[in-house]
Amino acid sequence: MSDIALATPLEKEAPVTRRQPVTQESRATRVTLITLCLAVLVLLVLAPLGIIFVEATRRGAASALQSLTRPEAVSAIRLTLTVAAITVPLNAGFGIAAAWAITKFDFRGKAVLITLIDLPFSISPVVVGLSLVLLFGANTALGGWLVSMGYPIVFALPAIVLASVFVTFPFVARELIPVMVEQGRAEEEAALTLGASGWRCFLTVTLPNIKWALLYGVLLCNARAMGEFGAVAVVSGKIRGQTATMPIAIEMLYNEYLSVAAFSLAGVLALLALVTLALKSALEWRHADQLAATRRH
Amino acid sequence: MLIEIDRIAKSFGTTTALDPVSVTIPSGALVALLGPSGSGKTTLLRILGGLEYPTGGRVLFDGQDAGKLSVQERRAGFVFQSYALFRHMTVHENIAYGLRARPRRTRPTRAEIDRRVTGLLDLIQLPEIGARYPGQLSGGQRQRVALARALAIEPRMLLLDEPFGALDARVRKELRQGLREIHDRTGLTTVFVTHDQEEAMELADLVVVMSMGRIEQVGRPQDIRQRPASEFVREFTAA
Repeated sequence: MSDIALATPLEKEAPVTRRQPVTQESRATRVTLITLCLAVLVLLVLAPLGIIFVEATRRGAASALQSLTRPEAVSAIRLTLTVAAITVPLNAGFGIAAAWAITKFDFRGKAVLITLIDLPFSISPVVVGLSLVLLFGANTALGGWLVSMGYPIVFALPAIVLASVFVTFPFVARELIPVMVEQGRAEEEAALTLGASGWRCFLTVTLPNIKWALLYGVLLCNARAMGEFGAVAVVSGKIRGQTATMPIAIEMLYNEYLSVAAFSLAGVLALLALVTLALKSALEWRHADQLAATRRH
Repeated sequence: MLIEIDRIAKSFGTTTALDPVSVTIPSGALVALLGPSGSGKTTLLRILGGLEYPTGGRVLFDGQDAGKLSVQERRAGFVFQSYALFRHMTVHENIAYGLRARPRRTRPTRAEIDRRVTGLLDLIQLPEIGARYPGQLSGGQRQRVALARALAIEPRMLLLDEPFGALDARVRKELRQGLREIHDRTGLTTVFVTHDQEEAMELADLVVVMSMGRIEQVGRPQDIRQRPASEFVREFTAA
């Protein structure tokens, strides 16, 4: 677009004035908007987050830390991390497979599949929990048989994982689908014509192209898996020290007026989220050049 | 390599992309598939490359049925319309991709791969850009890199889909010449798709004029100009 430079000689004649870029608003508008934005951010995000840590350390940091060493707290943290460690890889796999199928192939019933992927977003988690109880509960045919085989589902780890997998299913696929649609199939086709096997093509072409979207999806999925309350509350049975995940344990402690313990555990949950965010930022910062290269194309 | 297209048909659901078409592409020829959009030319090219399966007919490579050959086995150097360079790889890695993808037995050594990539960068007259990413190249440079990448696998044929479509007129002229030179030097049977009759007439030894999934005429450029076989060919090739 160097042709536009033709217009510059005229401009040179005009007196030099400091004009702001056309897309920039006046100073007053900018200050107002930024202040508003900051106010909302502080009131709705920073203050609630801060109060957790203030409340947790109300009787000193030692007492907060001590509350975290109690067996219920340790068990809740361990359970939540276990659930996330199972749920996230499963849904990363499902999400990639679903996005791959939807974006790279044409088939009957594609619209139905897309709707199904979105279903967990529109169903209340409590309903999800109830439906799992109705399907796998000890007094149903399937659940009864599994219990008799020694594999109880409901009120145990499997149901918590199932509920978390269901609730967090859309995150990875939803992040990947737009990216993969935008990228099209041409690069994969090119890899195939160059002699790459399907698997090699996936590893060397598809995966690198979607890795950032995949990372965002995984982080969102992880955050939700660790924080899920509604569905887990129904299927876990809230057995203290056994099936109480962190959100459940926090609620139980809070209801028992053990606010230091409740807020300390809440602080750990919030910190886990902050750590994942920090991790993401660090990765982005380290691979800034790569990120720019893939987006510019 | 001699390519025989024998009554190839293709339909997508109820729409017919190719009525059975037959044409023989002589070994070493530079052939244009010329036609308006929707004439089936790209579909035919993709069938040759193994990216699309025909619903009828067969393709013979040097007399052998290519129907059973997978896209990988065909060893067709394919240049895509938007080039489809791997955006997360450098130019060097792009060109080396096909060689690195080979099974260990037939894979050249690392030094040999480097040597060939350097040779190909020289061939496309862009010796300095190996370390750059596709996003940092101009349209014309990308097109040439795509060509080098396709040539790296020592293809049996070269298939190009609208190779000059996205370029401005000046670069287009330059690259046309470049393709002609590379074709003459390698002697590869080359098929390219275009909707630009001037490009087809100027560049190709043999022009296949297509319309609505059918072949209207096959001939040398001057024959098509002088003796158009149908009203469509006359109108479409009128400059």
